[in-house]
Amino acid sequence: MGDFDYSVILDNLPLLIDGLKVTFLLTFLAVVGGIVLGTFLALIRIAKVPVFSWVAAAYVNFFRSLPLILVIFWLYFLVPLFLGRPVGSFYSVLIAFILFEAAYYSEIIRAGISSVRDGQIAAGRAIGLSYPQTMRYIVLPQAFRSMVPVLLTQAIVLFQDTSLVYVVGLKDFLVSAELVANRDQRLVEMFLFVAVVYFIFCFAGSLYARHLQRKLSA
Amino acid sequence: MNYNWDWGILFREPYFDWLVEGLMWTVSLSLCAWVIAFALGSVLGIMRSCSSRPLQLIATVYVELFRNVPLLVQLFLWYFVFPELLPDDAGRWVKREMPMPALTTAIIAIGLYTASRVCEQVRSGIAAVGIGQRNAGKAIGMNEWQVYRYILLPNAFRIIIPPLTSEFLTIFKNSSLALTIGVVELTAMTRQIEEYTFQGFEAFTAATVIYSVVTFTVMLLMRVVERRIRIPGMIATS
Amino acid sequence: MIKSIVPSLIASTLLSLSSLSVFADAGDSPVLQRIEERGMVTIGHRETSIPFSYIGDSNEPIGYSIDICLKIVDAIKAELGNDDLSVKYVPVTGQTRIPLIANGTIDLECGSTTNNLTRQKQVDYLSTTFITGTKLATRKDSGITEIEDLDGKIIGLASGTTNEKAIKAAIEELSLDVKVVPVKDHSQGWLAMETDRIDAYGSDDVLLYGLISKSKSPDDYTVTGRYLSFDPYAIMVPRNDSTFARLGRVVMSDLMRSGEMEEIYNQWFAPGPTNINMPLSDTLKTAFEIQALPE
Repeated sequence: MGDFDYSVILDNLPLLIDGLKVTFLLTFLAVVGGIVLGTFLALIRIAKVPVFSWVAAAYVNFFRSLPLILVIFWLYFLVPLFLGRPVGSFYSVLIAFILFEAAYYSEIIRAGISSVRDGQIAAGRAIGLSYPQTMRYIVLPQAFRSMVPVLLTQAIVLFQDTSLVYVVGLKDFLVSAELVANRDQRLVEMFLFVAVVYFIFCFAGSLYARHLQRKLSA
Repeated sequence: MNYNWDWGILFREPYFDWLVEGLMWTVSLSLCAWVIAFALGSVLGIMRSCSSRPLQLIATVYVELFRNVPLLVQLFLWYFVFPELLPDDAGRWVKREMPMPALTTAIIAIGLYTASRVCEQVRSGIAAVGIGQRNAGKAIGMNEWQVYRYILLPNAFRIIIPPLTSEFLTIFKNSSLALTIGVVELTAMTRQIEEYTFQGFEAFTAATVIYSVVTFTVMLLMRVVERRIRIPGMIATS
Repeated sequence: MIKSIVPSLIASTLLSLSSLSVFADAGDSPVLQRIEERGMVTIGHRETSIPFSYIGDSNEPIGYSIDICLKIVDAIKAELGNDDLSVKYVPVTGQTRIPLIANGTIDLECGSTTNNLTRQKQVDYLSTTFITGTKLATRKDSGITEIEDLDGKIIGLASGTTNEKAIKAAIEELSLDVKVVPVKDHSQGWLAMETDRIDAYGSDDVLLYGLISKSKSPDDYTVTGRYLSFDPYAIMVPRNDSTFARLGRVVMSDLMRSGEMEEIYNQWFAPGPTNINMPLSDTLKTAFEIQALPE
């Protein structure tokens, strides 16, 4: 412990920052994709369209019953098969994350939509808006406003989950750090550094989420 | 597609045994980690809701620390970093003499991580019982320990059965992370079958079905339990 | 209606017949047909299987298996009478090689893949290009020279590898008291070695030499013991295409008969650009001789 070597972190900073960029990019795209697909699933379930609602519910429950690692492996294996060409592991895991996280986002969004009072929908229909228009202009804007803190919390979970790309060796923050750790035999420094960086971002994020929550309920 | 489907591979020796063995490791790992998570999480949850400031602070720091670092990173910290920080002899013991180092480490890491989540559930359960019940207990002359023992906890635990079930299922799913430090649980076994036989579809499908079946079975079971011990007039929201 | 179809049918039959006569062997081989249509041969390569198939300094895939595959590409050009065929390289991993062969993306997998009978249900293999097997890497001062010396010690093994199976079987057979530490992959295994978690690490000998040559102090480690398993490497091709597989085997028999195979081998292994220094073993030399089938 006495020979804690900070220089190994400084020397490899460019590599680590590149890895961190991959982590953030993956998180951002997966959050956007997950919310879009999740909203779609939630709307289908709420609209109670026969068969479709059932399929959406089955999708959500199915993905929520699986470990993320297994989903990552599946997509890593399947995506090249469908596209007929190998894709970088980035796109494979991105698709895996979107499909997986959409199941969780859809549950959050469904709860958010349900929290908008029925009267609002009736009011929308009464002024002559169609059902999709009512959803688009009246229900979703209110629902999303109230959901922001929860969506942010889920984004933090997703940010942590992206570390699982380790299993297919995509060079995200953790994998870059591990690369350095193995090469320079500096496990202690690198893994502690990784933990501290993740902690700072996640803790800051969760404080902000709590702040938003308080502002909303105030 | 030029793929030779062979679903029989899953039921042939030794691959069937591998799947069974993998599932056994997954289940034992999950159960052991759950014991740690539940016990420690309950204690922390009580600490966070009790009247002692220092105890509250300790529990809060624990929760923030363990919740804001990815589980995989925590697993690596316990497996690679922790033994190096110990005195030489103890570190050597952890790395070499300790029974099943990878499995033990995974149980502890996943247990401690999930404890922070269980703590939050227990705390919200205690909050859901309500301040009125707490005050009522005090009014009839109970001390804080008695209030918890006889009023708050029996009610709180019954309220939080649904979220605790989902925490257990989270452990069950998270146990797959143990493959990154070499524990050959269900997901690792699946990959092993793929590696030996090249029958990847069949192997991945088997694991998918097993995970889903176990998850849905646990959910159904717990729904029955929940119905039987529900507190009249209270519905848990998670 | 029928009248107008018949002449066009005849015309198309004639056309296809004429193309058949030019490209004599593409007809019954789906893979050769595919190569002809695409105008290129698609080779699946590994990125870090040193020195079999890896990305060289010029960012192109190079290696022993790649060189052999390029010889096969030459034969395909001759067979199809098309000198303009290009080569497309597609990186594969342990997990993507099967889907990419199954869906027809790659025509040849040129990496470091063990040929076994179970896998042959899914793919076909060409001739054996390399023979390796499980051995042990240890510290030179560990006093371990054979698996028997591991009694009471700790060995690291990568989960799910043939090496793991072989060593566990040997331990059981010799009723040794050995503690097995599973690791995720070779780099983690070597890390366990360097952080003193294990006394020995078991893997294919060629990989062990590679790990040692890349380690911080190569002089501290050694590869020791007899072979505990038999792992012949071969190039993978899609199954159910005996014409294409035969073409590959003809090329390889020719290389082995003419001694060219040995030259390619020496270029990569003795000591080769990565300093691995594994001179041609007697077993592999014999294997080349046996596989050099007469024309």
